[in-house]
Amino acid sequence: MHPALSIIAFTTASGLGYGLAAVLGLGLLDPASVATKIAHFVALALISAGLLSSTLHLGNPQRAWRALSQWRSSWLSREGVMAILTFVPLCIAAYGAIFQSRYLPIAGLLGTLGAAVTVCCTSMIYASLRSVQAWHTPLTPACYLLFAGAGGSLLGLFFVASGGGNVLVLSVLSVVLLVAAWFLKWQWRQRMLSQVPLSTPESATGLGFIGKVKLFERPHFNDNYLTSEMGFRVARKHAAKLARLSVLLGGVVPVAAVVPLLLSGAVTPALTVLLAIVAVLSHAVGVLTERWLFFAEARHAVMNYYGQ
Amino acid sequence: MSDHRVELSRPVSDEVRKTTCYMCACRCGIDVLLKDGKIRYIEGNRDHPVNRGVLCAKGSSGIMQHYAPARLDSPLLRTGPRGSGEFRKISWDEALTLATGWLGEVRDRDPKKLAFFTGRDQSQSLTSFWAQQFGTPNYAAHGGFCSVNMAAAGIMTIGGAFWEFGAPDWERTKLFVMFGVAEDHDSNPLKMGISKLKKRGARFVSVNPVRTGYSAVADNWIGVRPGTDGLLILALVHELLKARRIDVDYLVRYSNAPWLVIDAPGTADHGLFARDVEGKPLVFETVTERVVAAGTKGARPSLSGRTTLPDGRAVAPSFQLLAEEYLDPRHAPEAVADRVGIDAATIRGLAEEIGRVAFDEAIEIEQPWTDVYGERHQTFVGRPVSFHAMRGISAHSNGFQTARALHMLQVLIGAIDCPGGFRFEPPYPKPLHAHPRPHGKSEHFGSNQPLAGPHLGFPLGPEDLLVDADGKPTRIDKAFSWEAPISAHGLMHMVIANAHAGDPYPVDVLFLYMANMAWNSSMNTAGAIRMLEDKDEATGEYKIPKIIYSDAYSSEMVAYADLVLPDTTYLERHDCISLLDRPISEPDSVNDAIRWPVVEPNRDVRAFQSVLIDLGARLRLPGFSDSRGQPLYADYADYIVRHERRPGIGPLAGFRGLEADRAGRGAANPDQLNRYIENGSFFSAHIPLEAQFFKHANAAYQDFAVRMGFFDQPQPVTFQLYSEELQKFRLSAQGLREPAAPEAYRERIMSAFTPLPSWYEPFEEAGVDKSAFPYHAITQRPMAMYHSWGSMNAWLRQIHTRNPLYVPGAICDAHGLKDGDWVWLTSHHGRIKVEIARSETVNRDTMWTWNAIGKRGGAWALDPASPEATRGFLMNHLIHELLPPKGDGMRWSNSDPVTGQAAWYDLRVNIEKAEPDVASQPHFEPQKRGTQEVADELRYGQEWSR
Amino acid sequence: MTSLPSQTTPKKLGLVIDLDVCVGCHACVVSCKEWNTGGYGAALSDQDPYGPDVSGTFLNRIHSFEVTPEGGEVVGEAGAARLIHFPKSCLHCEDAPCVTVCPTGASYKRTDDGIVLVDEDMCIGCGLCAWACPYGAREMDLAAGVMKKCTLCIDRIYNETIPEVDRVPSCVRTCPTNARHFGDLADPGSAVSIMVAERGGMDLMPEQGTRPVNKYLPPRPRKPLAAKAVPAAEDTRGATGFFAWVDDMLDRI
Repeated sequence: MHPALSIIAFTTASGLGYGLAAVLGLGLLDPASVATKIAHFVALALISAGLLSSTLHLGNPQRAWRALSQWRSSWLSREGVMAILTFVPLCIAAYGAIFQSRYLPIAGLLGTLGAAVTVCCTSMIYASLRSVQAWHTPLTPACYLLFAGAGGSLLGLFFVASGGGNVLVLSVLSVVLLVAAWFLKWQWRQRMLSQVPLSTPESATGLGFIGKVKLFERPHFNDNYLTSEMGFRVARKHAAKLARLSVLLGGVVPVAAVVPLLLSGAVTPALTVLLAIVAVLSHAVGVLTERWLFFAEARHAVMNYYGQ
Repeated sequence: MSDHRVELSRPVSDEVRKTTCYMCACRCGIDVLLKDGKIRYIEGNRDHPVNRGVLCAKGSSGIMQHYAPARLDSPLLRTGPRGSGEFRKISWDEALTLATGWLGEVRDRDPKKLAFFTGRDQSQSLTSFWAQQFGTPNYAAHGGFCSVNMAAAGIMTIGGAFWEFGAPDWERTKLFVMFGVAEDHDSNPLKMGISKLKKRGARFVSVNPVRTGYSAVADNWIGVRPGTDGLLILALVHELLKARRIDVDYLVRYSNAPWLVIDAPGTADHGLFARDVEGKPLVFETVTERVVAAGTKGARPSLSGRTTLPDGRAVAPSFQLLAEEYLDPRHAPEAVADRVGIDAATIRGLAEEIGRVAFDEAIEIEQPWTDVYGERHQTFVGRPVSFHAMRGISAHSNGFQTARALHMLQVLIGAIDCPGGFRFEPPYPKPLHAHPRPHGKSEHFGSNQPLAGPHLGFPLGPEDLLVDADGKPTRIDKAFSWEAPISAHGLMHMVIANAHAGDPYPVDVLFLYMANMAWNSSMNTAGAIRMLEDKDEATGEYKIPKIIYSDAYSSEMVAYADLVLPDTTYLERHDCISLLDRPISEPDSVNDAIRWPVVEPNRDVRAFQSVLIDLGARLRLPGFSDSRGQPLYADYADYIVRHERRPGIGPLAGFRGLEADRAGRGAANPDQLNRYIENGSFFSAHIPLEAQFFKHANAAYQDFAVRMGFFDQPQPVTFQLYSEELQKFRLSAQGLREPAAPEAYRERIMSAFTPLPSWYEPFEEAGVDKSAFPYHAITQRPMAMYHSWGSMNAWLRQIHTRNPLYVPGAICDAHGLKDGDWVWLTSHHGRIKVEIARSETVNRDTMWTWNAIGKRGGAWALDPASPEATRGFLMNHLIHELLPPKGDGMRWSNSDPVTGQAAWYDLRVNIEKAEPDVASQPHFEPQKRGTQEVADELRYGQEWSR
Repeated sequence: MTSLPSQTTPKKLGLVIDLDVCVGCHACVVSCKEWNTGGYGAALSDQDPYGPDVSGTFLNRIHSFEVTPEGGEVVGEAGAARLIHFPKSCLHCEDAPCVTVCPTGASYKRTDDGIVLVDEDMCIGCGLCAWACPYGAREMDLAAGVMKKCTLCIDRIYNETIPEVDRVPSCVRTCPTNARHFGDLADPGSAVSIMVAERGGMDLMPEQGTRPVNKYLPPRPRKPLAAKAVPAAEDTRGATGFFAWVDDMLDRI
């Protein structure tokens, strides 16, 4: 699948945003601190930026509002609806924190729930597609949720380190979620790599009863919408390298940065902030890489007709 | 639910205009749907006898052809050097004055200094008539590099040919064998027919080195090595003779099998037919045991044995010679299997199947009919085996004899023009002697006078050749000379080379129509370009001083013209698809058709035919101007209606006579074109049932043909299995007959002009070191672009944007090649660097590519960075117009020695892996990219969207 | 509404494509393009039409495949690799995944005839339906930014302004080999249903669970010629024997 920058940016940014919002919604940060106020703002900004970026790939963005109508059947529609619904508790919670320095538990918990459901809807857009076998697994939403949670925790950690509250809880949470996310992601990737293709050129053409089917000529010589959109190919060696890089940046480095924080008193507040920044940035780059691979490595069934 | 969202019954168009397609030579009827003055949609005309409503990709893309930015929009005068594409727009008045000046001067001084050749011309009856009135001997269309082998062999053997002169009986045939067709003039009828017979459960066998297109759906694919079809066919003949699967009755009635051949070696009569005083061939009558004239009523001629004529000469029926020849074990399947690349069991299986279907599954149609000898028959007996062949056989230097062999096979099993067999399409069959002799000897032309007769025809012997007393050619293309004695369609592919070399003489004006000689229509393209650019060192003038070219689009050739006469598109013009030219008849009906301007040109262009008529009048050519020098015709439409070739016979057969009720013969009808338009732009006359089969010997058909004006008297055909005409050339080659063939040509005439069909190794194959060039390389015509080769069509060019070289798996493995690798492909003449793709559906010694996809940058108004111009390529660069030197001091042309047919498919190559590249080689400097604005996005029809 | 019709549609209009006779001529491809570029919805645009990256929207495309039987090549015979031309357009699936993923309701399956359509006024051009379709039946028009797909020529098949005989999809009307058939696959008595039953019409990628309406007729089995090769009865008399037979035949005329 073509790794469109707008979609990668969207899922990464909104994942981080919803993750942070969820952490905030649990009340793990000191609502009175400036850092927490900024955190609320950052969460909303990331979510909004992500959503805006997702409209960039639309052919007719002016009609985007129509996408809210089909929530009964479409995960994309559900995502849109949930994103908007979730804004309500998130904004109330942010209002409470920013203007009243209060943690509003009902709005907060609803926000956390909404954020989780929205991320789940996003992931289900992909997971529901049988045509992309790599995505079509419950591991996909699990990974999306855990990555959002891990990213949100790391961001939360940064804000608590900057004066927002207890570093230990978020440090623990971050490490647990990071380890869980990458464990499942590893499983996800192993599944993809070892998968027996559901559809083959033989089943796609129905000609398997004669023999082995090989593309002779494409219908039109140049690339078309389908091959540009669905025909992206990344070399296996290249992909493996990137996958290792994503684990390193998205998992190993952040964990390494956070582990010292678990040993209370071992680290100065300034160094804590620095380590949190390193963890967040490294994680973000790692997740961007992971997202790029999520698309680039996924093979669409239509490519059975294009010899890929 | 939601169903109200669609407007289901929206009117499609404002008007439907019916005309004839011109995207290829198939000439289907089309409905052009117009909306707001623009073309909304083009579909097949359901009533049309050719296509019955269907339409191919090219026909459906007519919109993109018509509106292509590559259209020329004004007459052009060259300002830059040839090839640059630098022109100045001029007025038609200036253009025609200039052309008249150039042509008039030549006509006055030395008319042979005009070479007038037309390419994809569908108005040859006009262009040839014009050239004849002009008086130059140098005229032909493009048949010489197309399929003259097929036409000449067919006409000389059965009085017709595959091509567009006949068709399989699609409704009844039970076994259809097709040789070497990727795409054809009859393309939609072929597709419809193949589908029809497959649905009936008939067997379809394809003999073709490549298994694409039609071959892909064949029940059996026989992937022969190129150039060995003749061996395969003669092996089939061998098997059929051995198995006694021949139609003896048919042979006696309709062929020259019983005619007696003189056996007198060393005399001028050897191998000719014994004839009576009236010139009638003789047969041996078995009851009276006497020699009588063929066709004598009640005679029972013998097919075998040897006898002596009263004058003492030994004779034998030609069939005796035939059977002896082909029963020889050297024609056995085992003897040829290796060479053909097909195992003997398959060859024998095919022969067995042909024999079984022809005789065990014979069909009969209850319909009394009378033959030309007056005998009444109660039924038509059919041998439901049919064949079709085209360029795959034709474009070899042994193609003429191979095509003859195939026709011989058809005659032997009695499958010509019978139910289920190959059927003639009127005005064919037409016997050899009813065709004209070629004209162009020095006594046939002179200053300001018309040529004494038609340019093209069939020599009946060496005495009809167009050579001077020294045996030198009188035509610029050396047609009808010793080099290509029966070049019935001329040799357009030799014109530029000969004119450049001044051999036999230089020309002053080269006048071409619709022929891309500076690109894909020439062998040795780079050489052709050099010749067009080459200047005389002494005078600084181009060696071919003046080139006038007419085309509708900015093809590669346009850049080489000095004066460009822009033609219209096919939807803006009048045309006639005439029985005098290349007919569109069907076996059951006589058809012709017109084109008319269904849209008006929006540019300063004129239909070439009208321009030619205008030039004819300006030059005061007889036939185009009256005695006072006034034009006879206003334009081509006027000519179509009023021109008469013979009294009552004009370009169109339909709606003649003042009441528009005459077919074939009749007075010119001023309303004729309107009647055609009302009728869907075609005319069709049904052949009576009793005249539909055995046309070559059917009295009712012969009467019908005379009534329609094909002939003025019946012209039955006796199939010429043994060709006396060919034997006459051999006698000349032996010095036994006048004129004697020049020494240099004797050996080759002796081997190629065998009176019975034969096979010899293609010349290039015989002339090169086979280990240095171990493989064959050929092209296939892509269905979606055949005869619409120009890539100015935005829809078609997306299908074939570039062309890889398809290489058989075995060769890939031997050379370590995989998809996307680059290779050098080398022939004795040159080398090209191209990208490959692996294929398993091809003969193991043969690689191939799609024809004419490679383009020169800038031509056809394409961006020079287009894949056609960068990674696309032409095989032409490997094919020389001359054969490799043999050490005899001659450079023989790369053609069939009988007809001069360009031997495109004789090419032998070697392949080696090359470094990856971004562009194929050779690569040419781009030419200027047309004059019209080129859009970067098309949204055709957006204004109609809702 | 992007839910699929709750009950099986009474009619299942679709195409039956005969792979036994398709010669890959692309007639249907171009006819489809010319009909639909001026018909239902936005034009089918072509980008860079005269340049290097020429590419346009097509609703029907022909692929070609080489199919090699296990056991290797046998030149000229039924065992040899085969080339099969393969036209492909929307299959109008009963469980059309492209419909249910649509967030706006632009994609829908008609309840009375099962045709899957896009209401272009509602399409936001998100491309998700093209992702959902395993067959590549949907293509985004880059100029209009809306999803295009085969409509089964809905503006022809019910169009009362054109002759009844022409009320079939453009590709079906134009196909020179009659490899494309249009009809109601819900009606077991329809010509297309009978064809499917007799010829073993097949679904493409049944494992995707889409339940396509369009069916493909597989190439008919081939009978090799070599099997026919009965060695001709060897006549030891050679040419003499042959001519004796000819004489005998002549006597019978």
